[in-house]
Amino acid sequence: MKTSSRRRSADDRGFRLGTGFFAFLVVALVAGIFFELYRTSTLSLQKFGFRFWTGKTWDPVAGEFGAFPFIWGTLYSSILAMLISTPIALGIAIFLSELSPRRLRTPLAFLTELLAAVPSIVYGLWGVFVLVPIVRSLQVATPGWMKKIPLFSGPPLGVGMLSAALVLAVMVIPFTSSVAREVLKAVPSTQREAAYALGATRWEAILAALRFGRTGIIGAVILGFGRAVGETMAVTMVIGNNPQVSASLFAPQYTMAAVIANEFTEAADNLYLSALIEIGLVLFAITVVINAASRFLIWSVTREIKVKPPKPVSTMAFAAPTGGGK
Amino acid sequence: MNRTQRRKALSGFVVFLCGAAVVLALIPLFFVFGYVLQKGFSSLNWDFFTKMPKPVGETGGGMANAMLGTAYLILIAGAFAIPVGVIAGVYLSEYGKKWFASLVRFTADVLNGVPSIVIGIFAYGLAVLPVKHFSALAGGLALGFMMIPIITRTTEELLNLVPGTLREGSLALGATRARAAFSVMVPAALPGIMTGILVALARIAGETAPLLFTAFNNRYFSTSLVQPISSLPVQVYTYAVSPYDDWHRQAWAGALVLVGFVFVFSVLARVVTRRLERMHRT
Repeated sequence: MKTSSRRRSADDRGFRLGTGFFAFLVVALVAGIFFELYRTSTLSLQKFGFRFWTGKTWDPVAGEFGAFPFIWGTLYSSILAMLISTPIALGIAIFLSELSPRRLRTPLAFLTELLAAVPSIVYGLWGVFVLVPIVRSLQVATPGWMKKIPLFSGPPLGVGMLSAALVLAVMVIPFTSSVAREVLKAVPSTQREAAYALGATRWEAILAALRFGRTGIIGAVILGFGRAVGETMAVTMVIGNNPQVSASLFAPQYTMAAVIANEFTEAADNLYLSALIEIGLVLFAITVVINAASRFLIWSVTREIKVKPPKPVSTMAFAAPTGGGK
Repeated sequence: MNRTQRRKALSGFVVFLCGAAVVLALIPLFFVFGYVLQKGFSSLNWDFFTKMPKPVGETGGGMANAMLGTAYLILIAGAFAIPVGVIAGVYLSEYGKKWFASLVRFTADVLNGVPSIVIGIFAYGLAVLPVKHFSALAGGLALGFMMIPIITRTTEELLNLVPGTLREGSLALGATRARAAFSVMVPAALPGIMTGILVALARIAGETAPLLFTAFNNRYFSTSLVQPISSLPVQVYTYAVSPYDDWHRQAWAGALVLVGFVFVFSVLARVVTRRLERMHRT
């Protein structure tokens, strides 16, 4: 009996270590990506140092690599996309979790999530042949006095910042909205009931729920931002791929992901290649930080609700705009 | 207007805005699907599935090699990603409360958010740089790396749906933990694990960015692990940015096939999950 139980516990340890090894591979993979990208970009890291990220000239022929235009393009397009998509995504999340008739909920949720299932390349194709001509005619129709404002200056090309941000916004909506919906689902219904009991209107009750889950909502928005930053194909096809720093919505620009996609196979010498990989390394670091932060925020809400009894909502929440925290 | 009326009006207005947001998001969806269906179906023909690409400038031809190439890449990816993902998922569901499990879960979520193009660079560094040429193996590696976190997380989630009493019962009958996991829990969750694999396939089947400089492209049919290989998304991209009308037509046809593929997998995954949830409720 004793030997058999000893053997069993040995078996169990073997099982734990065996399966644990495969789980460890997941961690090793992320560490491996960082190590590999760091290793292959040393040449550029050593040669340019921090100057790489402030330089505005990207001239592979002259061996001059400054990545500022790509940082600019990535941030500009992603932030613009978030400005467009966040209100819509939150509206969807609120509608689906708080307002929608039960019968509409499942099909509508399925349809919005379908937006996430469409491959990036299909959005790109649609962007090139449908969206870009629309944006171009929009640019042609822009009155002359408006074109004097830097935001709208430039020739009517169609490809450029606005097209990229619009495509990105559509692609990011399902990510933000589905996570925000999950967060709202995790908010205890007592929160809303208490608000209603205090005489709140529908929107005020929703506001109470939003307030309760705000950390997670912020997490959802950040997650969407992470997606926008790393999105490659659709952006590459519509942003115009011109490494310039411009404030104009209509100007063709470039993003970090797009320059990697476009120039990686053309990178003839080692320095060029390692400069592109350094952009990839920073893109990796940015998305890891963004994702880690957003997961942490989302967890902190869902876990808090699971472990602790719900905290009472501030009774002042609707009366005074300054109503304190939860 | 008194205060109550104002609050009610504001409430009604916001409710309206939320409804409008849903409609606003559905417009691009129908817009995209509409174009892909319309342009795709009018461009799709038998040649598309059976013929090889024609040289630059000639009309006609198809994407037979690209479709087979995509299937081949998925096969390579699945061959290592499915075992790794499923077993890692089993670990998370069996030992989920340990700190290491939290770390793995967190890393998997983070990995899921890493841009596919970065994964592509990693695969390039692993499999292209040392041998100095593009290969199907490198492309398969890149796609597989993207599948692992998705499969791990869904496997765990769906194993957790299986009642713990099943495990306890088999342990009480003298089974080892390995036996309880692989002979009782995994079979009970098998449809769910299949779902995880389907979701992962739907996600990677349309991936273009990580293939651009790993699998690269190939005008011919190839099944060699060490040669560049064509894939449907890369072919669609190449044709979309080309200046030829006939290639644009074929790009739409390719997009339709991709969307159809992804759609079928997503719907299948949903149906299976629904059934599984219903099975294990109560």
